[in-house]
Amino acid sequence: MDFYRAQVLVCGGTGCTSSGSGEIIERFEEQIVKNGLDKEVKIVRTGCFGLCAAGPVVIVYPEGTFYSRVRAEDVDEIVSEHLIKGRIVQHLVYKDKNHEEEHNMALENIEFYKKQKRIALRNCGVIDPENIDEYIAFDGYQALSKVLTEMKPEDVIKTVLDSGLRGRGGAGFPTGMKWKFAAASKADQKYMVCNADEGDPGAFMDRSVLEGDPHAVIEAMTIGGYAIGASEGYVYVRAEYPIAVKRLEIAIGQAREYGLLGKNILGSGFDFDVFVRLGAGAFVCGEETALMASIEGQRGEPRPKPPFPAIKGLFEAPTNINNVETFANIPQIILKGADWFKSIGTEKSSGTKVFALGGKINNTGLVEIPMGTTLREIIFDIGGGIPNGKKFKAVQTGGPSGGCIPTEHLDIPIEYDTLTQIGSMMGSGGMIVMDEDNCMVDIARFFLDFTVDESCGKCTPCRIGTRRMLEILERIVKGQGKEGDIEKLEALAKNIKATALCGLGQTAPNPVLSTLKYFRGEYEAHIKEKRCPAHHCQALLNYTITDKCRGCTACVKVCPVTAISGVVKEKHVIDATKCIKCGSCVEKCRFGAIEKR
Amino acid sequence: MKTIADLEAIRQKTLERVAYRKEGDSDIRVVVGMATCGIAAGARPVMLAFLDEIKKRNLNNVTVSQTGCIGMCRLEPMVDVIVPGKEKVTYVKLNADMVPRIVTEHIVNGNPVMEYTIGAAEDK
Repeated sequence: MDFYRAQVLVCGGTGCTSSGSGEIIERFEEQIVKNGLDKEVKIVRTGCFGLCAAGPVVIVYPEGTFYSRVRAEDVDEIVSEHLIKGRIVQHLVYKDKNHEEEHNMALENIEFYKKQKRIALRNCGVIDPENIDEYIAFDGYQALSKVLTEMKPEDVIKTVLDSGLRGRGGAGFPTGMKWKFAAASKADQKYMVCNADEGDPGAFMDRSVLEGDPHAVIEAMTIGGYAIGASEGYVYVRAEYPIAVKRLEIAIGQAREYGLLGKNILGSGFDFDVFVRLGAGAFVCGEETALMASIEGQRGEPRPKPPFPAIKGLFEAPTNINNVETFANIPQIILKGADWFKSIGTEKSSGTKVFALGGKINNTGLVEIPMGTTLREIIFDIGGGIPNGKKFKAVQTGGPSGGCIPTEHLDIPIEYDTLTQIGSMMGSGGMIVMDEDNCMVDIARFFLDFTVDESCGKCTPCRIGTRRMLEILERIVKGQGKEGDIEKLEALAKNIKATALCGLGQTAPNPVLSTLKYFRGEYEAHIKEKRCPAHHCQALLNYTITDKCRGCTACVKVCPVTAISGVVKEKHVIDATKCIKCGSCVEKCRFGAIEKR
Repeated sequence: MKTIADLEAIRQKTLERVAYRKEGDSDIRVVVGMATCGIAAGARPVMLAFLDEIKKRNLNNVTVSQTGCIGMCRLEPMVDVIVPGKEKVTYVKLNADMVPRIVTEHIVNGNPVMEYTIGAAEDK
């Protein structure tokens, strides 16, 4: 094998791929051949580094120089300066918001990474996900070797149980318990299923793990299969994740070739294989019973529990289902032990959690933090705060099943139980940050609109109840809210939560309930005063021209409905009956003379 | 089908290639001065000789990187060898033929080749 003095890691995650990292890789390969460096410099396409906001991301080792927002035309400069002469290209190096003066930042010194602890994402952005040898070099398949040679199935379950690992899909059920139940079921055939049907708007943790470290999931499923006595595994992944699907399939092929899947794995006599099933992207198929129905080829609809999957699951056989991120933690727990894992995080929530940061935040991307980190640390230290000097208003966790958390709770440590107590939930890890311009009623409407669309229609509370709630919310944001609407919403929410068949319906009212809890005043302003405090809801806005107007007529020219009139060099007026509230005039005005109210 | 021993062999072999992406490595660093002056004085053949020698001896705890001009252009090609916990050793006026001795005596056995160092050159 050749010794490479330098390696150029280019992010090949979905985020950076869509901003052109494919072209960058091609250019690098072309350039290193042209400069005769191809025997000494290696180009590696990796998974997601996490800092998607700064993408496409390129890291050059051994220095660990972190280049951000690299364009294909920058490649020549990196090659001629950095790779040939060893001079770092300063103007392309990532700069922290607070340390503009410090250059030559290595990856681990950046604020974004400092507070992170990477377990599930440890190989993402570090190895080439399409190369099994690199995974093996980073201790891959060692946990499986250890399990198959030194441990009995009950030892494996005990280790997972003792580690305190809880389901990372959101509900937080102890993983070891699940395995224990499935192992206790007697049957000839059992199944291990990986839930990669990530559906929350704004969440992309599972996709990044599958794209960046697919072998970790395969290894963990095999370990789980050994623990519960299953010989087959299925990964249910949505078809909208083409890169994840491709890399997973490549990884499965390589594992089979190496005999790490198939018959008699590592000569132990244990048989296990993994198959991929593609989902069409229905949100409800992330619910485990609906997911299994979909794998079987049935309509993706949930069924009542019990019987739980551990008793009667896929193809009527005992089945264990875990989320991608949960699996990604398993090999490390086996290798480093339950005590090591328990030492990270908090007493009731051990380990780390991956969050996808999105919305009004500077460092959009993927972060993995120890449990117990506060929301403030994630949003302001790691996430870099709110753009454009706006004020933080709330953060939404848990997607359509979760809730909004206001400023006063920013300092609570993140744990399954604390988040539930304040009316939100851990969820799969989507974290959407909102600033003062976001209307909380409209946010609730947005999430409910999503659940109404995604409701499978099997049970009445979810099918009809959520629709009624949505109708009320739509009325409120249009300024047609009535006295008693809030009470009606609350009554509906309570009933839907209590009676819906599956998790989708039971949690659908959460965004409404949590915004009502913390931002009731905004609902009341919409209904009683016909006013949107965040100046967001179009129907409730009025544009007026103030005395700052110099009569330049710029707004008159841009107004699409000729609602503005006035004489040159005199104050103009907007005809509210004609105005369609498009906001074009506000953007055009150079004097800040047009106000939204 | 692979055995556990095969996996270990793959791990060791691939490790050489990916070693410096791993955390917490206390590597020996070879830093070659490769500014215009260094390159003009023949730093590239020197660096390639280091790569060659490291590969031949299967050393996976050594990284080779470059640096810019440090001002003593008349002494180029210059190379720093930094062994963790020891003082940095600067070699000057190197050529490719001198490299195998540095790798054997200094990097492998821990004894700097005094006559190639900057101290020796300055005394002359």
